[in-house]
Amino acid sequence: MLWDWEYALESLPVLLTAFVQFTLVATVLGTLLAAALGLVFAIIRQLRIPVLAPLITVFIEIVRSTPLLIQLFILFYVLPGFGVTLAPLTAGVIGLGVHYACYYTDVYRAGIDAVPTAQWEAAAALSLHPRYTWFDIVLPQAMRNVLPSLGNYAIAMFKETPYLALITVTELVRSARTIGGDTLDYLEPLTLAGLIFLAASYPTALALRRLERRLQTA
Amino acid sequence: MSEIPTLLDWTGNLWQGLGLTVLLTTLGALLMLLLSVVLGLASRSHRTWLRGGARVVIEFFRGTSLLVQLWWLFYALPLLGIRFDPLLVGVVALGLNYGAYGSEVVRGSLNAVPATQWEAATALSFSPWQRLRRVVWPQAVVLMIPPFNNLLIQLLKSTPLVFSISLLDLTAMGEAFRNAGGETLAIYGVLLAIYLALAYAMTFCLNVLEAAVKARLGRGDGWREALWVRPGAASTPGAEVTV
Repeated sequence: MLWDWEYALESLPVLLTAFVQFTLVATVLGTLLAAALGLVFAIIRQLRIPVLAPLITVFIEIVRSTPLLIQLFILFYVLPGFGVTLAPLTAGVIGLGVHYACYYTDVYRAGIDAVPTAQWEAAAALSLHPRYTWFDIVLPQAMRNVLPSLGNYAIAMFKETPYLALITVTELVRSARTIGGDTLDYLEPLTLAGLIFLAASYPTALALRRLERRLQTA
Repeated sequence: MSEIPTLLDWTGNLWQGLGLTVLLTTLGALLMLLLSVVLGLASRSHRTWLRGGARVVIEFFRGTSLLVQLWWLFYALPLLGIRFDPLLVGVVALGLNYGAYGSEVVRGSLNAVPATQWEAATALSFSPWQRLRRVVWPQAVVLMIPPFNNLLIQLLKSTPLVFSISLLDLTAMGEAFRNAGGETLAIYGVLLAIYLALAYAMTFCLNVLEAAVKARLGRGDGWREALWVRPGAASTPGAEVTV
């Protein structure tokens, strides 16, 4: 048997530490950034602000059609040339956040579009200030529509955090390779890394599917 | 060799890298399509072992991250005595990962064909194979193309990962340029432009294909659809999400 349990158990704590310290942190911060930035993008496009709105549309198309890895390299290797040096994790969070914000924008747009026109009209009829119309009438209803999709993208981002390994963040997968490199035995750490991903993402995906069904029927 | 290279010096390398990226994307996409159909059909089977087996494979490859799969095949598998060529590792990892996502597209699209179509074909005593091949599949394919377009772009966007398993794709050539001291902004700008062009070429081809299969069904808005920038403008929120 090639599988060495002792070695596997030895590497597990190191992997879990890397997982919590970098993978989870990057996912949570990246999701928060993407959710906030995506909302800003969506509102700017919804209000059709001149210059800004078309610029954002072009930006979104470019970001969505080009590899995340190149975007991370730009943040990590090009920006220092302009005097902005980012820590690897910071560059990673910004890269993930901006990349996914471009997906989130569309999700928000769909969610806002799904709010019945009558809600906008009622708000206008009550001559509510646009701020109240947006933040107290439209967005709360839109949020409910988009919650499952936002969650799905959060899981997708979670599974793309290993990209950060390639800009030197010692997240789960990179730690697994480092452990393997030290002992020349990659089997256990890399297998465990995969299983940790599965153990975290599969139950979350199931929970989201349940949430989706509950929001639909309600 | 201590001279700093310019983009012009790198043209040959970039062409070479582009060749590998296109080859990898094409082979990966073919394996992905094959697996999508096989796993997608298997996950609709009424045989429990077949359906269960397909689900385990699908959830496994969707749930573990692509880079883990890539590195596992590259670093860990040789320890079990099986050594693939790096290109094959890349193709297999991309094909398996995106094939698992694609199978959900196939399954969902088949489920989305109205039940009356299945029933009508049964009422006309088509065999299960004829029912699928002649009635359901042509209608399901129309639904599959936009999500597949998204998946193919995702696949293309994931190919840069293979530079970490020693393959000399476009991204690896960019890295070599940077390591040789070249202007980073220039090389990454060029890379972004190339990937953007590749992604758009892909969308264009799939839009043409979509218009063609829709025309076969007597639907659609004609060939002008092919010029749309986005795959399937009518996609529902989150429809492209691949969890």
